[in-house]
Amino acid sequence: MKYPKDGRFGEFGGKYIPETLVPAIEELEENYLKFKDNKEFKKELDYYLKQYAGRPTPLYYAKNLSEKCGGAKIYLKREDLLHGGAHKINNTLGQALLAKKMHKKRIIAETGAGQHGVATAMACAVLGMKSEVYMGYKDTIRQKLNVSRMNMLGSKVHPVMSGSKTLKDAINEAIRDWITNVETTYYLLGSAVGPHPYPVMVRDFQSVIGNEIKVQMKKISNKTPDIIIACVGGGSNAIGTFYPLMDTNAEIIGVEAAGKGLKSKFHSATLSSGSKGVLHGMMTYLLQDKEGQISETHSISAGLDYPGVGPEHAYLKDTKRVKYHSATDAEVIDAFLTLTRTEGIIPALESAHAIAEAIKVAKISKKSESIVVTLSGRGDKDVEEVQNYLNTHDKN
Amino acid sequence: MTRIKEKFTELDAKKEKALIAYIMVGYPNENVTLAAVKGLIKGGADIIELGFPFSDPLADGPMIQNASTISLEAGTKINKFFNIVKKIRKETDIPLVLMTYTNILYHMGYPKFIAKSKKAGIDGIILPDMSVEESKEYIASAKNKIDTIFLISPNTTKSRIEKISKSSSGFLYLVAVYGTTGVKTGIQSYTLKAIKDVKKITKGKIPIGVGFGVSTPDDVRKYIKVGADAVIVGSAFLKIIKNTTQSKIESRIESFTKSLKSQTKLR
Repeated sequence: MKYPKDGRFGEFGGKYIPETLVPAIEELEENYLKFKDNKEFKKELDYYLKQYAGRPTPLYYAKNLSEKCGGAKIYLKREDLLHGGAHKINNTLGQALLAKKMHKKRIIAETGAGQHGVATAMACAVLGMKSEVYMGYKDTIRQKLNVSRMNMLGSKVHPVMSGSKTLKDAINEAIRDWITNVETTYYLLGSAVGPHPYPVMVRDFQSVIGNEIKVQMKKISNKTPDIIIACVGGGSNAIGTFYPLMDTNAEIIGVEAAGKGLKSKFHSATLSSGSKGVLHGMMTYLLQDKEGQISETHSISAGLDYPGVGPEHAYLKDTKRVKYHSATDAEVIDAFLTLTRTEGIIPALESAHAIAEAIKVAKISKKSESIVVTLSGRGDKDVEEVQNYLNTHDKN
Repeated sequence: MTRIKEKFTELDAKKEKALIAYIMVGYPNENVTLAAVKGLIKGGADIIELGFPFSDPLADGPMIQNASTISLEAGTKINKFFNIVKKIRKETDIPLVLMTYTNILYHMGYPKFIAKSKKAGIDGIILPDMSVEESKEYIASAKNKIDTIFLISPNTTKSRIEKISKSSSGFLYLVAVYGTTGVKTGIQSYTLKAIKDVKKITKGKIPIGVGFGVSTPDDVRKYIKVGADAVIVGSAFLKIIKNTTQSKIESRIESFTKSLKSQTKLR
């Protein structure tokens, strides 16, 4: 769906926000529409994406992994090689540049795994703006490396003690800050979630991923990919990968976090087992109880530990254009180790969900087929978490 | 005429403005809620707002967030909430307004939730995350059954105020300050200006209630003086509940309510 004027993807999306935020959201939409096709703006963003963030990222043929699986050729879109170590910088450079054009001096953001927080801190540092990041207390512990990085980059990290102390609560707290400082502050949302125009704006900034894949794949094989896979929490790397390839014949698969299993209460697979509802300014699928209270979620990866999902994914699920599968913590650890040992690439635990699915799919696909997997981030931040998992689960 | 409208008409005749008091139902338990409501009524509150807890109250400050968490942990469910409302309604004719978040209504379905509310004795609903653009089904379901009380803010434009007041019934909720509920910023000049501006735009067609951060008799007096038709006090009551032994809650709330209510009488 191109630019949804009413902010709706089918019945999903919209703007369910406190009235105080309405002028800020309107100002944001007005400016986004003004700058998104502006030549100067695009040139400046393009400069930072290339010279600062390191685009384009390679589309790497994972020969060892492909041969190990024995089926289709697996290509990795190496977003992990970007500055900061994840796709998040595509969006933060775009939005921070927009905030600058809007003459906003103070930037706030939420973060789960810390990758969006780090990417915000970097974009703000290079563009000369102040940033503050809300992060669930639980996430500040399990992703403490990223907390240090944000501090070093000059960003102030606020640990959030409310609720489940994860991404959902960090978003609540960022929204509360925005309501309080609405006249001076730009909220730099990190995923394709929230009230319109965030889901479409974040998708547009992340679409550089899919656009590059299209060109690179054509060069490699003179075709478009047969199968495309990306992990989905809020869903920004996935929508950025999928959207430009939506009109091809590719089979598209989003992978959610099945945690300890979909039958347990400990997962974050919103599309696989959620129901419709309203949270964080949008109507979408949510994990909630039978009274509409939002559930606490679980995932080994902090970045996917979220009870909602971007509204465009909700729409793509219902229209069946995209299939949404899931991977358990155990499958993710296996995929993490497999990729690390076959290719020498340490993936983020979030991205390892997509790798787990790719391994499953490759085993049952033809050698003539191609699978593109977006490797959304690198896993340095996760090695301690994985080591702990291995120690407690007696694996190696 | 709805109970809320009747109340404003009655107060008008007495040259009084309305004191609207908020408490979170089930915080920390049902007995305290019932005792607090008694105290509010004895102290002279004109309308009572009953909060139903939501897991993610993003327009609320720490006091109401904490009360929501405790109420949910104590087992407050929708049916239990309505049973408490029925008990209150048996004892009093005071207008009762339900405050919660959109997902609670959406999840059950607007028509069903509103029918249940009406049956229990609720007169109006406030949803701080429901914007007027998304409210079509909600308003259609509530029409002629229950008042839909929308919020406006000091930064809301004139054309939006007009649009929102058309969708509102009962009263219009003016958020006093930029921030969440319970903020302590003192009286801001932009709030006083907003009250005057909104009154000019709505031309007396709907009462204006001012809330968020209103916590002292002095706040009440100053907002009423510049033209507020009602003031809404919430977190300050929760603070009393938090800091008072259970047996004294009713009388403490009664005396605090009296001190606030005394400032709503025009002389």
